[in-house]
Amino acid sequence: MRYAARRLAQAVPVFVVTTFLIYTMVFALPGDPMLALAGDKPVPEQVLAVMRQRYHLDEPLLVQYGHYMLGVFRGDLGETFTGQPVSELLQDRWAVTAQLALTAWVFELVVGIGLGVLAGLRRGGAADTAVLAGTTFVIAVPVFVVGYTAQIVLGLNLGLFPTAGTDDGWPGSYLLPGMVLGSFGLAYVARLTRTSLVENLRADYVRTATAKGMVRRRVVGLHALRNSLIPVVTYLGVDFGNLMAGAVVTEGIFNLPGIGQQVFQSIQLQEGPVVVGVVTLLVMVFIAANLAVDLLYGVLDPRIRRARA
Amino acid sequence: MQTAAPFPTLTRNTTERRSTVRVTRSRAAALAAAAVMLSGGCGGSSSGGAKGADADRFSVALTEPDHLTPGNTSSDYSITVLDTLFETPVSIDAASGKPVMRAAESVTSTDQKVWTIKIRQGGAFSNGEPVTAQSFADSWNATAYGPNGWTNNYYFANIEGYDKLNPEKGDPSTDKMSGLKVVDDHTLEVTLTAPFSQFPITLAYIAFAPMPKAAFADLKAYDQAPVGNGPFVLDGAWEHDRQIKVKRSPAYNGERRAKAGGVTFKIYAGRDTAYTDLRAGRVDLLTTIPPASTAEAQRLLGDRFLRTPDGTMDYLGFPTFDKRFANRDLRRAFSMAIDRKAIVDAVYDGAFKPMASLLAPLVPGYRENACGEACTYDPAKAKALFDQAGGFSGTLTLWFSNADPSYEQWMTAVANQLKQNLGISDIKLRKVPASDYLSSLRERKEDGPYRNNWVMDYPSPQDYLEYMWGAGNRMGWENKEFDDLIKQANSAPGLDASLPLYQKAEDVALAEMPMIPLWNWQNQVGFSGRISGVNVTPYSKNLYAISVKQG
Repeated sequence: MRYAARRLAQAVPVFVVTTFLIYTMVFALPGDPMLALAGDKPVPEQVLAVMRQRYHLDEPLLVQYGHYMLGVFRGDLGETFTGQPVSELLQDRWAVTAQLALTAWVFELVVGIGLGVLAGLRRGGAADTAVLAGTTFVIAVPVFVVGYTAQIVLGLNLGLFPTAGTDDGWPGSYLLPGMVLGSFGLAYVARLTRTSLVENLRADYVRTATAKGMVRRRVVGLHALRNSLIPVVTYLGVDFGNLMAGAVVTEGIFNLPGIGQQVFQSIQLQEGPVVVGVVTLLVMVFIAANLAVDLLYGVLDPRIRRARA
Repeated sequence: MQTAAPFPTLTRNTTERRSTVRVTRSRAAALAAAAVMLSGGCGGSSSGGAKGADADRFSVALTEPDHLTPGNTSSDYSITVLDTLFETPVSIDAASGKPVMRAAESVTSTDQKVWTIKIRQGGAFSNGEPVTAQSFADSWNATAYGPNGWTNNYYFANIEGYDKLNPEKGDPSTDKMSGLKVVDDHTLEVTLTAPFSQFPITLAYIAFAPMPKAAFADLKAYDQAPVGNGPFVLDGAWEHDRQIKVKRSPAYNGERRAKAGGVTFKIYAGRDTAYTDLRAGRVDLLTTIPPASTAEAQRLLGDRFLRTPDGTMDYLGFPTFDKRFANRDLRRAFSMAIDRKAIVDAVYDGAFKPMASLLAPLVPGYRENACGEACTYDPAKAKALFDQAGGFSGTLTLWFSNADPSYEQWMTAVANQLKQNLGISDIKLRKVPASDYLSSLRERKEDGPYRNNWVMDYPSPQDYLEYMWGAGNRMGWENKEFDDLIKQANSAPGLDASLPLYQKAEDVALAEMPMIPLWNWQNQVGFSGRISGVNVTPYSKNLYAISVKQG
């Protein structure tokens, strides 16, 4: 408990430094966002001045940042250049990305570990070779190729999945993009599980357990697999953050209005408050995921749990 | 109006660019559902919403609009929605390019300076409020009022009293333009700062739509849920980045009565995905089929693929303030060294039209070969003229933005042709981030020819010539003869009388060639078998005329 509290307290300075860094970076982008919004037609200075003032763009970086932080403490995350409150936007967008990331994550967890165990238990067999070849292929092919191919073949030609959008809600609209997004992580999970399991199956305690006359299922399931999962859990924990942050391409292909799309647009438009809001939340997700991983170690390995106490 | 990508990927705004489910459930549910999906439980989700109450509704692919207040948006996506919700005083007849009366009964003037607009009797907003001359005056004043900071502010700059609402310094002393006079409920008198024969055409633009009294109580809320006088009315809240639904307005009694029960605007962040959804039957109308998919779309859609004219033009501008580009023969040589047809075929699959005119073909007064020799591809003549003009030494930098990948493709082709035909060996491409492109040009940072793009506001030669070649133009080009001709044309006694004068002005600009015409955009429209009556014109998508096939 105290361990968890201490870890959470560390998040505060991370939060402050992240927001400031991101703000500075957006601030440093070239160009005048207001002019870019206005387009080719001449815009009276008066109008530009009003717009700049509204978003504090006429003030120095520190003052802009100050305005932003004051707003944050009042619970106001600012608004986009089109007048939409950032908090509202984040709510909608995070829901989409969270559903997508979770779908992808569950997919890579279940299928990845399943394939890894299959390959590990039959080392050198046909299944092992197939998994090895398959995962190499998935890692080698860029995600947008997988994405477009899946969309055209499974969505358009075979009609198994909706091609794009969120009309069908969860899970319908999220399965295909989830699998595409999770395919990369799945390959890693499968390989990690396999290698780790193969190693542990040769360990002394497994031989002892087998020698005691324990059934094979229990040996593998309870002893070997549980120990083999520690690196896998580490990977899955970090990867959850990656899935949230790295869905830009997948969200683009499948037209899912998540945070990846939003950050991409907002950087182009130089919408400081939006970028800061999204990235800060992402940092929080990473911190939480890491904490969860650390706590899970204890569950999987009693030695770690005792060392902490 | 502004530079735009064909269907800008991942951007929300018109300028150079362009933005689904809630509540997470348990993992167990995810697994269960995954199992269901794998066993094939998800087929048949491909109807564009053709069941039950939605049977009389069709869907249109769209990019997320920036605003839905008529005075505060110039983006094509927003205008597509607003065109269903509002009715402007006039609209443009696609065949002739001439105004047709809509919310107005007549627009007349004896001196081209004081205009009388008679408002049609009996028109009403969807909240029941009658549409009067005051509704127009209120809307126009709000748009012109500087402190509101609305995008279309500039469209009112030629109305008397505009400057008082946009003073150089300090706050405006009034929020009403003196040039707008509400004579009675159905008569609006507009006084311009100078005679302007094209005024009736400009009234087709969305910024001239009326707004009801209720709007001004809370303009921010109005932007999210606009109430208009058009054939459709909002149906539920604007679901950002997902969809906007409109339904037939019972209050509307004009001539654009909606044939379908409703329209769902489905928001896409990229045109490629929208096109895939059109193929899958998940969206009924797409007005921006990517040029790369032209051949395939023609094959797959057959007569459900249409190519419609567009007013948008691409140009290559010269920084004439830079003395290396001050010689007009050099500029003309550049123009003759560019093989427009080859570039359009290679980059846009022939979907765009090579141009030998500064105006788009649909603009009244357009002449197919206004440019003559100077826009005809002729490497030998180009080289001779180039050498005669003294040639070019040093690095030639070509400027464009990264808003769309095709810009780099065609600019590379231009660079190769200049290299090959004129012998300019040192050519650099300068790709600028979209957000920085226009401000760079505004600050005159460009040290070489640059991509210039124009999206038509209204079909008048004035909309092209005066804004791009007139006083304070981007090229730094100054020509008194041109300016005088534009002034004369603007004060000509009518639309027809103005055209020869604009053409003369165009001749001057072409002879001097501070900016080379390249090609004219075309829209590629595709639609599903569910709908009929598709009539997309450069001025309107005419969604009211589309009906949904029953059965």
